[in-house]
Amino acid sequence: MLAYLIRRLAGTIPVLVAVSIFVFGFVHALPGDPARLEAGPEASPADIEAIRKDMGLDGPIWQQYLRWADNTLHGKLGRSTKTRQQVAAVIGERFLPTLWLTLVAMAWSTVAGIGIGVFSGIRRGRWQDRAGMVLAISGVSFPGFWLGLLMIDLFSVRLGWLPTSGYGTWQHFVMPAFCLGIGVAAVMARFTRSAFVEVSQEDYVRTARMKGVSDSAVAWKHTLRNALIPVITLTGLQFGFLLGGAIVIETVFSWPGLGRLLVDSVSFRDYPVIQAEIMLFSLEFVLINLLVDLLYAAANPEIRLK
Amino acid sequence: MSATLPEPAVATTIRTPIGEFWRRFRRQRVALIAGLIILLIILAAVFAPFVAPFEPATPDYDNILEGSSALHWLGTDAYGRDVLSRIIWGGRVSLMVGFLSVALGAGVGVAIGLISGFFGGWVDGVLMRLMDVLLAFPGIILAIGVVALLGPGIDNVIYAIAVFSVPVFSRLVRGSTLALKQTLYVQAARSIGVKAPLLMLRHILPGAMPGVIVYASLRLGTSILTAASLSFIGLGARPPSAEWGAMLSDGRSYLGVADHLTIFPGLAIFVIVLAFNLFGDGLRDALDQKLR
Repeated sequence: MLAYLIRRLAGTIPVLVAVSIFVFGFVHALPGDPARLEAGPEASPADIEAIRKDMGLDGPIWQQYLRWADNTLHGKLGRSTKTRQQVAAVIGERFLPTLWLTLVAMAWSTVAGIGIGVFSGIRRGRWQDRAGMVLAISGVSFPGFWLGLLMIDLFSVRLGWLPTSGYGTWQHFVMPAFCLGIGVAAVMARFTRSAFVEVSQEDYVRTARMKGVSDSAVAWKHTLRNALIPVITLTGLQFGFLLGGAIVIETVFSWPGLGRLLVDSVSFRDYPVIQAEIMLFSLEFVLINLLVDLLYAAANPEIRLK
Repeated sequence: MSATLPEPAVATTIRTPIGEFWRRFRRQRVALIAGLIILLIILAAVFAPFVAPFEPATPDYDNILEGSSALHWLGTDAYGRDVLSRIIWGGRVSLMVGFLSVALGAGVGVAIGLISGFFGGWVDGVLMRLMDVLLAFPGIILAIGVVALLGPGIDNVIYAIAVFSVPVFSRLVRGSTLALKQTLYVQAARSIGVKAPLLMLRHILPGAMPGVIVYASLRLGTSILTAASLSFIGLGARPPSAEWGAMLSDGRSYLGVADHLTIFPGLAIFVIVLAFNLFGDGLRDALDQKLR
């Protein structure tokens, strides 16, 4: 397991380096001079040169990259062009709301998705299976932000049960977390069902059935356990989907998180913030997938020992 | 596939691949209906000037924010524009974004996948690591990055969505290429001296196509949904446009006052995405028994 852990960690580093080169190159590909932008319209050429030096934008490009990477690793992300605040502070403020939102969404959608998937798998071919799968494919196709608007209309505007927007109490979480998770729940349900059906045709399941193990024990102990192994991998990918979805859902519910910050930053062309955010989102995604792979290896000796 | 081997003399009717596909696809009732709905929406979008009852951009200040009526089936918006007509015209934008971005993403992805799988070695290593990097960005974030770089607008949304479709297609095609490279008919073609480009395009690509087609159909739904999301958050088509996501972003201000501005454009997105997903599922079942 340790060997696998080291190998997998080592494999992550080149990806992160490549991602960082990508993100760094991204700002350099932009038209315009960031130093001039930072200095403002009335700066003298000498001022601009000083700021350029200050921002680490002088010297050959690889030096600039190394300096930027070093600063980023130390949390020095520069200042927001829009608010002049430190980018690290802006992001720090917005980090927790998004983390909580994605975790709550992930939690309910995983439980619901696996539940529906197993239920459909057990009742394969019957109406319960069909109903489950119709629900799942509708969930995959449902625009989460549209659902958000419809829910606001019903539960906030008409019934007045839930707040339309904001952050703080559990009521604030209900609609955003539901809308964010619906797509993931649907994908999970479809995937769990097919994994479940596949495993239930295995010899060892038949053997268990033959020796008189009860239906529910076969389903829960023999089939589900093995069917869940591939589902673990899917969770990692779905987390990336959630991070992306959060951007749109946060806009619908005016959620004070990273997603809305990113949208605002793109509209204002606040490049230091965009750069830091894209880096952060990718880092999160890569780390989650690493974690998932490790869980997968822990659950599946075939991978661990290869 | 394309190689014709002498068939054993058994008294069965020989079916062409297309005939065989159609025989299987015909049984997918739901996918057939979905295909029909897609066809109708495409026709309505193409013939929008003849189908739409009103001009999509002409305001009518005597009839603003009206609900459904015999004249305006789906009501009117804050400028008195007919919602049904706008949805029909907006379908042009959504379908165009969907088809162009998937065609672009699939084209580049298929090329990369073929080259990567066929040549292997360091070419494969470099290309696949590049795809890994693209996959390290959660889809829509990559798209937002591209939009941030190129500026908002519907044409940039097409590139943005194409970029994040590329790694999916290239991985898929690389996998099939690796398998097909080992088949007898490809080996045979290679042994009689067929050159690499021809080998890839004539002998390997057709074998990889079923997977590409299935994925393209599923991807169309995702692309349309992503484009609508980007427009909704203000990074895609801008509000005067009748793109469905932009219409929703407009209608959002009238929640509780004129709900039809939110309900119908969203319903349009849902129906087309659902149709593409169901169609893709049916294609998959008909084309590839293994993926079931």
